[in-house]
Amino acid sequence: MNAVMAIIRRDLLLAMRRKSEVLTALFFFIIVVSLFPLGIGPETALLRKIAPGILWVAALLATMLGLARLFAPDHADGTLEQMVLAPAPLGLLVTGKIIAHWITTGLPLVLLAPVLGIQFDLDTGALGILVVALLLGTPLLSLIGAIGAALTLGLRGGGVLLSLLVLPLYVPALIFGAGAVEAHISGLGAGGHLSLLAALLALAVFFAPWATTAALRIALE
Amino acid sequence: MNWESPAAFFAMGGYGFYVWGSFGVCALLMIVEPIMANRRRKDILRSLRRERLAETLDTQ
Amino acid sequence: MSNNKIINWFKYASPQSFYPVAGRMIPWFWGLAAIFFVVGLYISFFVAPTDFQQGEGYRIIFIHVPAAWMSMFIYLVMAFWAGLGLALNTRLSSMMAQALAPTGAIMAFLSLWTGAWWGKPMWGAWWVWDARLTSALILFFLYIGFIALQAAIDDARRADKAGAILALVGVVNVPIIYFSVKWWNTLHQGASVSLTKAPSMATTMLWGMLIMALAFWMYSIAVALTRVRAIILEREAHTEWVKELPEVKQ
Repeated sequence: MNAVMAIIRRDLLLAMRRKSEVLTALFFFIIVVSLFPLGIGPETALLRKIAPGILWVAALLATMLGLARLFAPDHADGTLEQMVLAPAPLGLLVTGKIIAHWITTGLPLVLLAPVLGIQFDLDTGALGILVVALLLGTPLLSLIGAIGAALTLGLRGGGVLLSLLVLPLYVPALIFGAGAVEAHISGLGAGGHLSLLAALLALAVFFAPWATTAALRIALE
Repeated sequence: MNWESPAAFFAMGGYGFYVWGSFGVCALLMIVEPIMANRRRKDILRSLRRERLAETLDTQ
Repeated sequence: MSNNKIINWFKYASPQSFYPVAGRMIPWFWGLAAIFFVVGLYISFFVAPTDFQQGEGYRIIFIHVPAAWMSMFIYLVMAFWAGLGLALNTRLSSMMAQALAPTGAIMAFLSLWTGAWWGKPMWGAWWVWDARLTSALILFFLYIGFIALQAAIDDARRADKAGAILALVGVVNVPIIYFSVKWWNTLHQGASVSLTKAPSMATTMLWGMLIMALAFWMYSIAVALTRVRAIILEREAHTEWVKELPEVKQ
């Protein structure tokens, strides 16, 4: 557990030193979301209807941006090889790195989403569901994304390849996440969507670090 | 037998364009794919033969 | 006794001994594929009656459904071989997985293509966000991802193992994706038209579909074996046994 905390603290510290990366993903999220009304038109009713989908797709893309840098810097300076040899199991260290990735890219999106939701005229209840759905969904995105990041570590054209591998796997998160808000707006209640999202998160917490570890070992062989 | 004439067969009761569009592309891919797979083996065999020839010429 | 069996089994698991075996098997699978295609196409066009609702247009299911089945089945088989290659470190099973991927992608493409060409006359639209079509599209993306990942890695062993992890992650995800797309589809009623709910599925139609599925299956095996032979030669080009092959020596 200490090792996990140490990794999280270290990665957060590194992120603080390179603030621009965190801010870039955040502003990317804001800009993508703001572009949609310009492309579609300012009708409030239509925007309210498509808001959950837009916010979620933008969140997927913003998470993708940070993924390529999840393991690459540590791979470049040899830290990753040290981690493989470290006494603490690699799976725990990887989990720590994923948590740190979520805190730097996922959590800011969760906090910012209600503000952007207001732009789309979502009411308070829908904004609440949006935050809860993103709170469950963004860790899922980080966990699945980590597998892709480990698989494409050090490959040429890794960034584009990463999105090709990971985006199809994001489909369930997108459906249940955006669906939760839509279900709430249409009066069906978001409970079913949110519990399915939570179940997917539980599944990913179990399997993703394991798959990521295996993929990292292969990449470092 | 369903068809009164070859023309009726090709017309497919007015759906000819769609039926033959589906079956045609399916047949095309199923002809092209084995040819490509075979060519892949022929290519590597050719380069292996060339390598072998180069080696025998070297030793002579 | 049992030890002997294991050794025999592994004997065929080496690329060297499988290469000629595959070469002898390929014509048989082509022959079976040809027979099933002839019988299947005969049933599809001459035995199966005209559908009273969809007219002759429904005959597309005789390739649409087999292609859709094969695209899912090949993904499972591919993940199985890839996983076996990862677990037992057998090179041949990884090569088999690599050889299956393009065929699976083509099957997924065909199921999309024929689905669209069926949808146009039946629903009036080339593409409908139907649960089956959407999951077939995502399955196609998964195949493309697998092929692209293996193509991007130069080291063959790393490509095998990375591909295996991706295929296994995909296998876990395919049912989840299918379920989520179905859920999404039922929530957004309106576009939900099911492809396979043929109103009157006559037994001859079912037979035609099954025989065509067998034809597609035999075809896939024949092509995958052809491709795996090419992959074996590419990967083992530096070895003695390849240099001693009659087709190389000639």
